[in-house]
Amino acid sequence: MTFVGWAQIALLLALVVGCAVPLSKFIAEVYAGERNFLSPVIAPVERGFYRLAGVDPAREQDWLAYTLAMLAFSIAGFLVLYGVQRLQGVLPLNPRGFDAVAPDLAFNTSVSFITNTNWQNYSGETTMSHLTQMVGLTVHNFVSAATGLAMAFALVRGFARSTATTVGNFWVDMTRVTLYLLLPISVVGALLLIALGAPQTLAGAVDATTLEGAKQTIAIGPVASQEIIKELGTNGGGFFNANSAHPFENPNAWTNLIEIWALLLIPTASVLAFGRAVGAMRQGWAILAAMAVFLIVGIGVAYWSETGGNPILTALGVDPSAGNLEGKEVRNGQAFSVLFATATSGTSTGAVNTMHDSLTPLAGMVPMFNLLAGCIWPGGVGAGLYGFLVVAIIAVFVAGLMVGRTPEYLGKKIETREMKLAMLAVLIYPLSVLGFTGASVLLQTALDSLNNSGPHGLSEIIYAYASANANNGSAFAGLNGNTLWFNSTLGIVMLLGRFAYVVPVLAMAGSLAAKKKIPASAGTFPTDGPLFIGLLVGVIVILYLLQYFPALSLAPIVEHFLMLGGKTF
Amino acid sequence: MASKAKPQGLFDGTIVAAASVDALRKLDPRALAKNPVIFVTEVVSLMVTLLFIRDLVTHNGMAAFSGQIAAWLWFTVLFANFAEAIAEGRGKAQADALRRTRTDTRAKRYIDSENLGGVVEGVNALDLSLGDVVLVEAGEVIPGDGEIVEGVASVNESAITGESAPVIREAGGDRSAVTGGTTVLSDFIKVRITAAPGSTFIDRMIALVEGAERQRTPNELALSILLAGLTIIFLIVCVTLWPIAKYSGTVLSATVLIALLVCLIPTTIGGLLSAIGIAGMDRLVRFNVIATSGRAVEAAGDVDTLLLDKTGTITFGNRMATEFLPVNDVRSQDLAAAALASSLADDTPEGRSIVALAKGDFGLAEPKLDPKTTVVVPFTAQTRISGVDVAGCWIRKGAIDSILRYLKLPIEKTPVEFRQAVERVAMSGGTPLAVAEEGRLLGVIHLKDIVKPGIKERFAAMRAMGIRTVMVTGDNPVTAAAIASEAGVDDFLAEATPEDKLAYIRKEQSGGRLIAMCGDGTNDAPALAQADVGVAMQTGTQAAREAGNMVDLDSNPTKLIEIVEIGKQLLMTRGSLTTFSIANDVAKYFAILPAMFAATYPVLGTLNVMRLTSSQSAILSAVIFNALIIIALIPLALKGVAYRPVGAAALLRRNLLIYGLGGLILPFIGIKAIDVVVAALHLA
Repeated sequence: MTFVGWAQIALLLALVVGCAVPLSKFIAEVYAGERNFLSPVIAPVERGFYRLAGVDPAREQDWLAYTLAMLAFSIAGFLVLYGVQRLQGVLPLNPRGFDAVAPDLAFNTSVSFITNTNWQNYSGETTMSHLTQMVGLTVHNFVSAATGLAMAFALVRGFARSTATTVGNFWVDMTRVTLYLLLPISVVGALLLIALGAPQTLAGAVDATTLEGAKQTIAIGPVASQEIIKELGTNGGGFFNANSAHPFENPNAWTNLIEIWALLLIPTASVLAFGRAVGAMRQGWAILAAMAVFLIVGIGVAYWSETGGNPILTALGVDPSAGNLEGKEVRNGQAFSVLFATATSGTSTGAVNTMHDSLTPLAGMVPMFNLLAGCIWPGGVGAGLYGFLVVAIIAVFVAGLMVGRTPEYLGKKIETREMKLAMLAVLIYPLSVLGFTGASVLLQTALDSLNNSGPHGLSEIIYAYASANANNGSAFAGLNGNTLWFNSTLGIVMLLGRFAYVVPVLAMAGSLAAKKKIPASAGTFPTDGPLFIGLLVGVIVILYLLQYFPALSLAPIVEHFLMLGGKTF
Repeated sequence: MASKAKPQGLFDGTIVAAASVDALRKLDPRALAKNPVIFVTEVVSLMVTLLFIRDLVTHNGMAAFSGQIAAWLWFTVLFANFAEAIAEGRGKAQADALRRTRTDTRAKRYIDSENLGGVVEGVNALDLSLGDVVLVEAGEVIPGDGEIVEGVASVNESAITGESAPVIREAGGDRSAVTGGTTVLSDFIKVRITAAPGSTFIDRMIALVEGAERQRTPNELALSILLAGLTIIFLIVCVTLWPIAKYSGTVLSATVLIALLVCLIPTTIGGLLSAIGIAGMDRLVRFNVIATSGRAVEAAGDVDTLLLDKTGTITFGNRMATEFLPVNDVRSQDLAAAALASSLADDTPEGRSIVALAKGDFGLAEPKLDPKTTVVVPFTAQTRISGVDVAGCWIRKGAIDSILRYLKLPIEKTPVEFRQAVERVAMSGGTPLAVAEEGRLLGVIHLKDIVKPGIKERFAAMRAMGIRTVMVTGDNPVTAAAIASEAGVDDFLAEATPEDKLAYIRKEQSGGRLIAMCGDGTNDAPALAQADVGVAMQTGTQAAREAGNMVDLDSNPTKLIEIVEIGKQLLMTRGSLTTFSIANDVAKYFAILPAMFAATYPVLGTLNVMRLTSSQSAILSAVIFNALIIIALIPLALKGVAYRPVGAAALLRRNLLIYGLGGLILPFIGIKAIDVVVAALHLA
């Protein structure tokens, strides 16, 4: 670890928070449907969409109608995306003449993009036509993120409103988030990335002659436009298989900085916007502080472990001061590699600029734990906020009882129905991740996909399901996911992780909105101070540690101890 | 009632014996099904027992281990049952005492309930129906709950209240309700039966203290869901651990996996949850308050605003004389003497307090009055004046306007000093009385509402807990404000009518607040019903007792404060033990995981921070700790965690430290200690 490394990390996090504060005000305006500085340009377009779709923006929906709208939209998105992939061979904008995508892979990819996961069991540059990339994948990079934030809006309204029957209008929330928030930042960001060297073209590939005189085909395409929303919408699906480690996706230090900044920006800002919406910025800051504890401790552990290097290599005479450089782009350096890895898994982005498979066991455990916890520091666009609030509700429940009152959070009593829904949501995680991991290690077809054995192989499987479940999409690699078993089970896990989790959350939004808001008194324990932050951290650590400790101890933890003993996998 | 007669120890011998039997009876899975955590424990105990039998038959060398695990798992279930049984047992003892009062009473029923001069017939009390009118004479037991329609009697209600001093019950007014099982001591009354046999007050009390009608309260239900959810999560963890371990090269035995499961699921709080609920109700009963539902007790913990009647709650029931204010050149001593003389014939508490003040502060002796020359003018509500005529010389004292009317003196013509004194007394919230002798005003007596000592501190404690106190009084706003500030309440409702009270409650509730109040009169009934916690006084009317959701047998309105504390303590106990239970799991992992994989991954021995002797002793010690901790915590579950009236943040910090951090650390020590014993006894 170096001072410069930490300074880089601190600078970037400061930049994120600095930009998130003003952006949170803007998000709060988008949430409330207020006019903002973009309205003169965008409001006519927005109205046009409503007129086209026959939506009355003034009419709100109850939680069930909101949920059904969201599900209908996601199903339609799935069908179109599946169709485009299967038909890409006969559709235009296919300069390199790719064939239709195989059914199981098309299923997996469609699910992956509508759930904001962007798990990729394919190499983009050799599988997907430009049309598929642009109208299929990139479109979902926008709308799946917008859907996530819309669902968070619904839950926030549950807290902000008192005895209300409605939680907003899904179509309006989704449209507004896309038009006001995601598109404008993406346009600016894409131009910036182009200026910094990322390609943006409809051409298919460039043929080049290398120094040795060999012929090489270098894939290019509309990279910059997909790159910015990949980070901004916490999507993570790269144009190239190497993702942000590829020099066209991430040409230099500046683009690296922009990309990490972009993937943390909206999740951070939406937490603060939540504080604004419930009328107390401090509530937002408290949640953000708890998230920051996990993120920063994660960065610290990973950074420490990576710069410590591999004792086995040190024993072979490799200079330990360089740390572990396997799987890293030297131009990104250790600090920004571990920061990227932690941030991409702390959010549900899943983009990578370093190979997580090559991290030291403890450093690799950091993104893995982030995924197992559901990517909630600060999380995916919208998904992080509602994911964290569910855990906060469980923490508040236990703590509330300890002060001798029916637990309440932000003036809303947490009662039987909320507990039922919260438990229903959090049960999905161990069920999907541990359930499918358990099934996979029993199946030879699944084990055949592994490149590594022992604890490392186990890590790869746990990581894959955790990533799918948290709708992250990053891979530990070393695992061939493009098989019938993994395409279909990972697809199912992505669906469960998104929809089986969010439907109870939306139901909770409805039930919270219907409740009276209780004024705070000295008898209600404050949810905006250090005590609450500590409580949140403690409950999350215990809750997730208890769930995953056995699995983790058989994967990265034992691998770490074995590595110290000189054994690798 | 029984509780007053003899305080029970936590573990009374007969109760423990009965509870031990009950613990076995409660093994019935149908009864356990409502407690998911313990139900799962019972199912897996059965499975390990079967495994033990298999090990025994096949001689695979595991029988000693699986046998001990099976035994301790059964103990876990039994200890949980025992906790519930012992909590119920304490209630049952009280119910039995109550039931003895209900043995077949005979009743004299009027054949025609419209004709109360008519003939009575002897019937069994259980055959009475609603609307019947019965005659109860001195020495007889009142056969059922009812309203007195005729007569006045002194009644011994000790069967219910434990208070042996008789109370007066009479037709009409707020003292007309009588309770079945109480005894008429003198005179006779005619009572219209208002509760069918089987649903009388005593029947309801018996059902409540016995826990027969116990329904899980809202918070308890929510907590059960959390515990059930955790149980499912740990089931998933343990079931999926088998294939993951197999992949890693370890074939885990079912016994070991089950041992891990039982250690992880929250058996501690699961086992104690219902005991905590029953004990909470029981604490209230011991406090001579009967709640009609556990929901009401929980609501008490949530109360934001207490509506307290001024008289009897905040102040002593009666105003008392506190000073004499002479006017002009009258000496204090003379004023005191005149006040004393004029009050000798005033039997009201105010009159007696004047006598006491004159004798006490001024050391005056009882004047010797010659009955021949003395005419005593007693105090009446009409004249509001009392006094004496001694040998033609008269002295009078009474309300200002009454005395002035007596003197035929308009207020403007009174001395300035007199008017100032009256003004001063009124402004301070007191009541001025005038004393006159032979047409001359001597001065003013200051009658004052005396705020109960210590009440201000209690209100301050309430405020620290975030509870507002509101004083309700019929006094005018000036008087009310003075007393309110002296007592330290947050707000007051002056010149309050029952409608005002109801409106105030509705207003507070619409703002999301929960209100508690107490009352005894029929006109309090709507407000009692509207309030979230309505405590009716046992001495109150039947209507009030039915409207409220609690009845205070001691009829002491100050108790509202303790009721709130008991409600809070109930929730706190649940929350604290939940935290403790979950925090315990960390240590159990550190005991069991290295033990499970000692063969495949000896390096995981690094996690064996407790340095436990062997794999088997580690697992066995964790299971034993898990069972014993339930027994160890029964006293805490029954008594409730310590409650302090500090703010929520301070309370949380304290409980997190004790039960969170304590729960994290204690099992490390406990499991290590048990391991040492297990190893020394060569149990594993």
